[in-house]
Amino acid sequence: MEENKTFTISVYSENNVGLLNRISGIFLKRHINIESLNVSKSEIDHVSKFTIVVHTTEDWTRKIVGQIEKQIEVIKAYYHTNEETIFQESALFKIASNLLFDERQIQNIIKDNHSEIVTVSPEFFVISKSGRREEIEEMYEQLKPYGIMQFVRSGRISVSKSEMQISNILKEFQYQ
Amino acid sequence: MEVKTLKKEESKTGTKIRISGAEAVIHCLLAEGIETVYGYPGGAIMPIYDELYKFRDRLHHVLTRHEQGATHAAQGYARVSGKVGVAMATSGPGATNLVTGIADAQIDSTPMVCITGQVARHLLGSDAFQETDIVGISTPVTKWNYQITNASEIPEVMAKAFYIARSGRPGPVLIDITKNAQFEEFDFEYQKCTAIRSYTAKPTINQDKIEEAAELINKAKKPMIVWGQGIILGKAEAALKAFVEKAGIPAAWTILGASALPSTHPLNVGMVGMHGNYGPNMLTNECDVLIALGMRFDDRVTGDLSTYAKQAKVLHFEIDPAEINKNVHADVPVLGDVKESLEAILPLITENNHDAWHNKFKEHYKIEFDKVIKNDLHPEKEGLTMGEVIERINKESNHEAVIVSDVGQHQMIACRYAKFNTSKSNITSGGLGTMGFALPAAIGAKMGAPKREVVAVIGDGGYQMTIQELGTIFQTKVPVKIVVLNNDFLGMVRQWQQLFFDRRYASTEMTNPDFIKIAEGYHIQAKKVTKREDLEGAVKEMMASPNAYFLEVQVEKEDNVFPMIPTGASVSDIRLS
Repeated sequence: MEENKTFTISVYSENNVGLLNRISGIFLKRHINIESLNVSKSEIDHVSKFTIVVHTTEDWTRKIVGQIEKQIEVIKAYYHTNEETIFQESALFKIASNLLFDERQIQNIIKDNHSEIVTVSPEFFVISKSGRREEIEEMYEQLKPYGIMQFVRSGRISVSKSEMQISNILKEFQYQ
Repeated sequence: MEVKTLKKEESKTGTKIRISGAEAVIHCLLAEGIETVYGYPGGAIMPIYDELYKFRDRLHHVLTRHEQGATHAAQGYARVSGKVGVAMATSGPGATNLVTGIADAQIDSTPMVCITGQVARHLLGSDAFQETDIVGISTPVTKWNYQITNASEIPEVMAKAFYIARSGRPGPVLIDITKNAQFEEFDFEYQKCTAIRSYTAKPTINQDKIEEAAELINKAKKPMIVWGQGIILGKAEAALKAFVEKAGIPAAWTILGASALPSTHPLNVGMVGMHGNYGPNMLTNECDVLIALGMRFDDRVTGDLSTYAKQAKVLHFEIDPAEINKNVHADVPVLGDVKESLEAILPLITENNHDAWHNKFKEHYKIEFDKVIKNDLHPEKEGLTMGEVIERINKESNHEAVIVSDVGQHQMIACRYAKFNTSKSNITSGGLGTMGFALPAAIGAKMGAPKREVVAVIGDGGYQMTIQELGTIFQTKVPVKIVVLNNDFLGMVRQWQQLFFDRRYASTEMTNPDFIKIAEGYHIQAKKVTKREDLEGAVKEMMASPNAYFLEVQVEKEDNVFPMIPTGASVSDIRLS
């Protein structure tokens, strides 16, 4: 039995209404949970990039990528292991402002985690942190004893370590 | 009343005319060469129907009795003609009633464009009367779908719809058009779609793979071909025949591939799969090279994948990259249009015959004939068998009829025993297994090939699922021949209950109505046969009739279809009894 691993699926597509439904349906049909999903503009106008993280076998991932690529509006889809990509998530922590002054250790946590304060108001301040999931989770655990008013984490964004064939394909698109 | 139609010159590509969205839809259909559409009107599609009325001299609309019937009719039309079938319906229940036929077309790769009306744009998402999210509902079962909310989108979207439906691996497309977009006027101009930048209709053929495949074929001692519907969809019948004959390789077919090579061709060794022939199933697990042409290794074909053709090198000729390695590992994937691939490989193939290997198929056929076929086609018992009815149709049609079968025992019997001289002659619901398919599909098939004899072979269960389409036959006078093989059972389910559920016939016995009276109620000539001696005359009478004809044959109540590969078993575990 092939073991489950984490794979990052990248999908380059036209920016059309309804495509997200079509793509998510492919995972639904196979009863595979999406661990994280990020959709944004790519480096080419009107081309969107989906970054989808799944934890399953490589065989399933390959078949899913085949089905995704089959969709009319999908230009190209790829999958990579964690080792083949540079990836990050972003997180925001909202904490009561008085703690910043009363609990000096919080300032150390911010510094040690290479995070930054993005805003401060009389009631709360917000720290942002980018990094791998484990790093964000570690920071969460460090801040938790002091009280976190709100916490949010983004989906994964990633780029491949190797050069991707999509760059040339997308360049051609730009001139069409 | 004046029938207002635009002159041909005005609807030519590239000429702008100011018309409503509804009228634009009709012009798009005409520009795509559509002559017949199947459908059912309703509130949200009334503007388009109003235009259909105006254009009724150029575009034939067939009013089916249910929207499901419209899709199956469009499928039947597409499957025999090779053109795109068109079905239309209103919003809400009209649209949802199309879904079964769309799903059927998707899994059987049938080119179809469905047009649905939708509530006006300002009402979208408000749970308005007869509003349903048909784009969301149909997403998993369409090749592509789109909702039009402005009339100006109609030409481009319709052009894309037809291009996508018919190109590459064909499939169904659904276009949902809001009512305001049907009323709005705009400057119409139509350009046919020939390419979409994110869509590769067919992969480029890799010459290295062709050479690799040719080398394996030339070296093979026990090669075997299994072809599927890709041959028919890719118009590759002649290329298949040339390849089979030059290489001298025994060739078997999936049910949707049937008729691509004449049944009587000496290298045609029969059907693979759950109720396929003994030889091709058994020998799949003996061949050294398995050449799969335009087929997708459906589970009904392969049985247990862990034992399927493990000893063989598998060459997979396929247009859809997602099918490669989906179910069966391909040692040599040959991506591309199967006709082009076969034409490319033919010069590299050495002339050969594999007589000793071919004889093994003949030996297996003899075993199957003695244990199964003889009893099915020439029974000694009193009750009529489904097989002898099919055999009688073969004789009276001279192997030239289009056979449209429904789903169940009769379908497997029809596919096993119907003989075909001509391609596109076996129309059935292969992948989805949709009961109720055959009656409306036969209507479409007859309209798609009016010069051919079309015989629908249906079980008593499936017949009653779309029996209302007798009304369509009566109204259109389409001369289809309907044969109901009545065993007063949902026969295939009953067979499984007998074999795997200890004969507990849960809800499979049917108390059927008087089918003759029902047919006659629709003014369709009808006859019932219960005795063998009456069969020949009745089939002759049916085939000689210039009109629609209904023939009910009371067959054995508890006959089983053999051979059979039980679900999950290996193809070589095929049972003959």
